[in-house]
Amino acid sequence: MIQFENVGLRYGLGPEILRDLSFNIAPRSFQFLSGPSGAGKSSLLRLLFLTLKPTRGLITLFDHDTATLSSDSLAVLRRRIGVVFQDFRLLDHLSTFENVALPLRVIGRREESYYDEVAELLGWVGLGEHMWSLPPVLSGGEKQRAAIARAVIARPQLLLADEPTGNVDPQLAQRLLRLFIELNKSGTSVVIATHDIALMDQYDARRLVLHDGYIHVYD
Amino acid sequence: MSTTSLAIAMLRKQLAHMRRSSRPDHEARGDASIVPKDSLAANALAAVVAIMTFLAAVTSGGVAMVIGSANEWQSEVAREMTIQVRPTSGRNIETEVSKAQALARAVPGVVEARAYSREESDRLLEPWLGSGLSLEDLPVPRMIAIRVAKGAAVDTAALRQSLAEGVVGATLDDHRGGIDRMRGMARAAIAGGIGIFGLVLAATILSVAFATRGAMASNRPIVEVLHFVGAKEAYIATQFQRHFLWLGLKGGALGGGAAIVSLILIGRVSDLFVGTAGEAEAAALFGRFSLGFMGYVVVAAEVGLIAAITALTSRHVVIHTLRNID
Repeated sequence: MIQFENVGLRYGLGPEILRDLSFNIAPRSFQFLSGPSGAGKSSLLRLLFLTLKPTRGLITLFDHDTATLSSDSLAVLRRRIGVVFQDFRLLDHLSTFENVALPLRVIGRREESYYDEVAELLGWVGLGEHMWSLPPVLSGGEKQRAAIARAVIARPQLLLADEPTGNVDPQLAQRLLRLFIELNKSGTSVVIATHDIALMDQYDARRLVLHDGYIHVYD
Repeated sequence: MSTTSLAIAMLRKQLAHMRRSSRPDHEARGDASIVPKDSLAANALAAVVAIMTFLAAVTSGGVAMVIGSANEWQSEVAREMTIQVRPTSGRNIETEVSKAQALARAVPGVVEARAYSREESDRLLEPWLGSGLSLEDLPVPRMIAIRVAKGAAVDTAALRQSLAEGVVGATLDDHRGGIDRMRGMARAAIAGGIGIFGLVLAATILSVAFATRGAMASNRPIVEVLHFVGAKEAYIATQFQRHFLWLGLKGGALGGGAAIVSLILIGRVSDLFVGTAGEAEAAALFGRFSLGFMGYVVVAAEVGLIAAITALTSRHVVIHTLRNID
């Protein structure tokens, strides 16, 4: 599904922060992406999410060479990927329902066609009571679940999560992990970027470890 | 589709409708725009647009008035000519004045040729010689004021020729020197007015463009999120362009409307002073405070232009932001 071949990344004229990355992400797979702070986890996620271009190497996403795609083609490809940001990135002026429905709205679907789907998903992540609440009144955990719901509402083939348990207590972290596992079982490939060893120990999954700019894969 | 499944589908639809109707107040108001409607930055931009449109509209109204007055000065002076008849020994000046008046009236385009009487001619000299003097022994020339029809071209050379041949001591003054100076002054006034209007318009465009960029800066997170959820460039740009076009039209209409109301009010107030010496002087110099049809057209065009600049700037910022993200 995703193939990295000798990918390198540097910002401007600075040193190369990601070097010779070669790995693949298979359909329906589950993996943790870990490494010390500053190892380049977020940069690698941005490469996976097509908001950064590598300075060298080849990235193949859903059988497309990303270097040759136009911005509109990249946008269409991006719809097959869901992202959970560390800082949630919910729009404060939109309700939880509208935030979650955003990926469906931007592809031109009318509210009548997705109302039930969004309401059902919000109920599933435990936000049924907060459908019309604005993000500023939600707790950190609720925001996190809203961000996850937005990432999966369009049934993406790949889910990327950047430190999804960074701001929540261990109990909620466990619940979120179960949520990701459920999503994976329903057919979505999952990549969770985290440096929470305890979280990784809870589930036996493939690990991609970044260190000194290189990636080490532990199947 | 069977009757049962149709009934279930209708029931689901009804249930969905009931769920939707339980939305809180802000939803019932339709506050679901992707771009926030009432942010501080948007309100500040609307205020800037309104103020700048007001200034541009008032300037255009003032400049149109000055241009109209300048053209009026030119045409008014060009419509006047004077025949001067000097007394000559052995000739009855009244006869010569009558002959000159008749010659002037016979010229096509002349609507009036009024001869000043002896008393009126004497009064013309009072500012220089004072009143109470006996001017009977002085050879005071007599004047004939000629008024030409609006837009008519009088053959002054022919009139001058017939006066030279038929009236002793008569000369025609078509105020050519004065008209030339007036024309120069009018042109300077028009150029100055257009220059001031151009500067105000440029300042308006720049300030609105920069205010829009400022307002857009607070919307960057929205652009990014839309980009991340897979929205195409055109979709995001259109959302912002539509919002900012409406914002520009709202602010522009407010400023343009206020300018029109102000000019109408000034016109009404100036009407209260009609007949006073000061009003007559001001009217002669600057014209009447009235906008006219073209004035309204110009103000409407300014509102449209400023709204278009607001919309296009927001579009440009969105595209620039997206290129930066990628």
